Amino acid sequence: MELISQHTKEIMEGCKTRAREAGLRFQDESLEYIVTNRDLLELGPKNMIPTLYDYWVHDVEVLREKGKYELYPTNPYETVINTRPAISFYNDNNPDWLNVMIFYHVLAHIDFFQNNLYYRNTWDEDFAGQALSDKRAIAALRSEKGRWVDYVIEFTRGIDNLVDHFAELSRMSRPAGTRPSTRLDYYFDVFLQSGHGGGVPDYLKEIERYNQTVREYDPMAESVFFAETRKKHPEFDALYEKWKREEKAPAQDLIQHLQEHSPWLQQPENQWMKTVMEIVRRTSLYFQPQIRTKILNEGWASYWHEKLFLSDDRIRGNEVNYARVNAKVTSLPRVGINPYALGMRLFQHLEEMADKGRISYDYQRLADGEERRQYDQNTGKGLAFVFDVRENFNDFTFIHTFVDQDFVNANRLFVAGRRLNSQKGVWEFFVKSRNAEEYKKMILESLYHPPSIHVDEEKTKEGTLSLRHVHEGKPLVREYIANTMLGIEYLWGGAVRLETTEAEADLSSAYDDLQPFYMPQASSEAEAEAQKAKLRQVVYTMENRKLTRSVT
Amino acid sequence: MKIKPFSDYADFSELQEDSLPEVPASQRLASIGDLLERDSQREKDGFPRKIRIGRIVKPGRGLKEKIVIVPTTVEEKFIHDTREQEQEEPGQSGGSGEGDEGEVIGEAPVHGESESGQGGPGQGEGGEHEIEAGAYDLGRIISEQFELPNLKTKGRRRFLKKYSYELTDRHEGFGQLLDKKATLRKIIETNIGLDKIPDVYDIDLTQLLVSPEDSVYRILSREKDLESQALVFFVRDYSGSMWGKPTELVVAQHVLIYSWLMYQYERQVVTRFILHDTTAREVSDFYTYYSLKVAGGTKMESAYRLINEIVEADSLDRDYNIYVFHGSDGDDWERDGKTAIEQLRKLIGYCSRIGITLTPASMENMTTAERYIRDSSILEEHPQEIRLDTIDEDAADLRLIEGIRKLIS
Repeated sequence: MELISQHTKEIMEGCKTRAREAGLRFQDESLEYIVTNRDLLELGPKNMIPTLYDYWVHDVEVLREKGKYELYPTNPYETVINTRPAISFYNDNNPDWLNVMIFYHVLAHIDFFQNNLYYRNTWDEDFAGQALSDKRAIAALRSEKGRWVDYVIEFTRGIDNLVDHFAELSRMSRPAGTRPSTRLDYYFDVFLQSGHGGGVPDYLKEIERYNQTVREYDPMAESVFFAETRKKHPEFDALYEKWKREEKAPAQDLIQHLQEHSPWLQQPENQWMKTVMEIVRRTSLYFQPQIRTKILNEGWASYWHEKLFLSDDRIRGNEVNYARVNAKVTSLPRVGINPYALGMRLFQHLEEMADKGRISYDYQRLADGEERRQYDQNTGKGLAFVFDVRENFNDFTFIHTFVDQDFVNANRLFVAGRRLNSQKGVWEFFVKSRNAEEYKKMILESLYHPPSIHVDEEKTKEGTLSLRHVHEGKPLVREYIANTMLGIEYLWGGAVRLETTEAEADLSSAYDDLQPFYMPQASSEAEAEAQKAKLRQVVYTMENRKLTRSVT
Repeated sequence: MKIKPFSDYADFSELQEDSLPEVPASQRLASIGDLLERDSQREKDGFPRKIRIGRIVKPGRGLKEKIVIVPTTVEEKFIHDTREQEQEEPGQSGGSGEGDEGEVIGEAPVHGESESGQGGPGQGEGGEHEIEAGAYDLGRIISEQFELPNLKTKGRRRFLKKYSYELTDRHEGFGQLLDKKATLRKIIETNIGLDKIPDVYDIDLTQLLVSPEDSVYRILSREKDLESQALVFFVRDYSGSMWGKPTELVVAQHVLIYSWLMYQYERQVVTRFILHDTTAREVSDFYTYYSLKVAGGTKMESAYRLINEIVEADSLDRDYNIYVFHGSDGDDWERDGKTAIEQLRKLIGYCSRIGITLTPASMENMTTAERYIRDSSILEEHPQEIRLDTIDEDAADLRLIEGIRKLIS
């Protein structure tokens, strides 16, 4: 692993100048390293961060990847690390023209990392440096506590997909001074609605009284208003103070909750575990935006390398070579989804739409096909619009907002189905639907979406931690429940309950077995039908490392 | 037709088409042993085991399948189960191009959808990988099942092998981590150069000029880790008297020892194969070692001398734990064994262990080799360095393992 040569760095700097002129924005410095494929195999499980903490599961993955590599030598890896300065990796045998293309691709990624709002929590961070310090902390703990460090890592990683990325972002971006008066909140939202205020008419009267006070006494309105209130409800202040004391802390994800409330972790000899958990949590949070912007990020990079490469004077004579590589990257597969191709085409589509003024109500309300085809306001705002999309969207909102029938038609996209032809003994792929809504649904289904599981504080008592899973149409993977809950039990130091929803037919299905790694038999169609039928609330309880399941 | 999942799309594979460098087998990461050990400890700690040994199979022409044995594990989490949906509509995906709704556009076999990838040419080292992967697994099994002793020290000699990444390189201007001491030194240097520091014992900090270039940062670089490594000489008598059973026994035992060492040294094992009758020669691989036959006589001395020459020529004893395992029927033309013993004593000087297995046609009389070795009392003088075992040519596998224990423990 070494820095790229001065010659190649000069190419990179040239790319930066041109990319900036085109409107991309990124930090001046960047580090580029030459690596071997073997280096990349080892970096893969660590999400390409060379300094990430050591963990045996990564070793397992490295060994497996190496085994695979022996049989199928390929380069299955990302190149850019979102850190400060951004780090990217390159093969040592790239010709200069290919480097030009890759550099543009990388610069667009860096631009994306440093401008997309979902990455806000990573904007100021030198994650490679932070990770190194975490890695050292874990190594130091490991020399002291041995394998128990790895158990804590494992158990925390078991719930690290439940970290609340959006709460984190929302905490970060709440401007100071916008918090409304809490006394007023309490009065209208809690006090009046908990038996002190009579019915709806009284409530409306109180609102009117408040508005009246504001009109007459502003800026003293609030104190005047509450002086009146106190006459009627002398107990108000005492109740408000009590409420304030009991007011719930800001929402916490499961890892945070355990760190703060687990009796086991509060014991002095177990304090070190919190450090490990914090490292796992921080690492997971760091990768959250990347998981959620695969289509957008790769699409953006492909969009820009195509745009910038073709206008780069330094690549004359290599257009054909470029076309070959680029076609491989950005072609739409006959069957399957290529995020590079999909994202890039959607950006191009949006640029064109915005240029013609079609992202507007006027265009949307046109019903006539011919008029729609003719519609062109020639706004010239296409580029500004895609920059805006790059800043404000993630994969879900990107696909959900912009995939429409125009786009699906223009790219001849369809939902491909697969069915068994038992006579020929083959799977048949067929065109299932060319409907944009169906296509959109199919893509959205495939996006990353961790389950919503939170601590149910009301039911958490007598040392039993109670978790509630909000059902979103899909059950949890049954085989994984046991080990995940085993880990939570360990970190909590007591029994753990999980309320979830499962299809009733599961009870008699082939996989009524809670062993980890057990994969279910494919059940018959009749059974699948039955499974659709009814949903049931199910409670799993992990106590003394034994899992029980009961239907409520 | 293959559907590529999202997760398989990544910059390197997409942007760099098809560069296919080779990975030398010797450089593979080596820790399956540790992982399995960790797993059994896990069970003792009251948690279920997590490691499974899996195989990746690449189908080839005819019967030439390539198999690689790899560990696998699953990180369990609460995640949504999408399989139910799949039962309803198996394998839904995206697509593009021509075709009316309902039209079949391709098909794929139901069975045989194994691990994919852009299948490389994949000839060359294949055979070797196969035996190595198999041997490792075998080594693990015989170590566990037959409770062979673990090597106490994993090598008093160390060898540079593995790498890790640390922020140890220095870089001026920008980087990962500010090296404050180096930066200060650099600032002082610059200012001395600029004549800003007339008296080094009385520095006026307010007068120093600080250039951005003076900031020294640490940046990522690759660091070498230390790891031990074994060098094993397998020596086989392939003279005319060694035919049939004795040869099979020797070779079978050598396979087991090889596996065991592979496991103990976590693949960091270099092997050299030596055949001898009255003269010794080195052959390049295990297959040749296994299959060659000649009709000559026997001189053990020739093999021992060859090893000594090889080790001396490259000073191999500095970097490796050296093992010598020798199989013969014990018939030697050199009746008194004088030169053989002389060469053996040289070997003892640097070897971690010499194991000699004799497989005589009859157990009734002591063979020439056994006699002169015992007469020299070398076994009593160096019990840690040299062992001798004599096995009946009709012995079963268990006896072979027992033999290994005798040679190694």
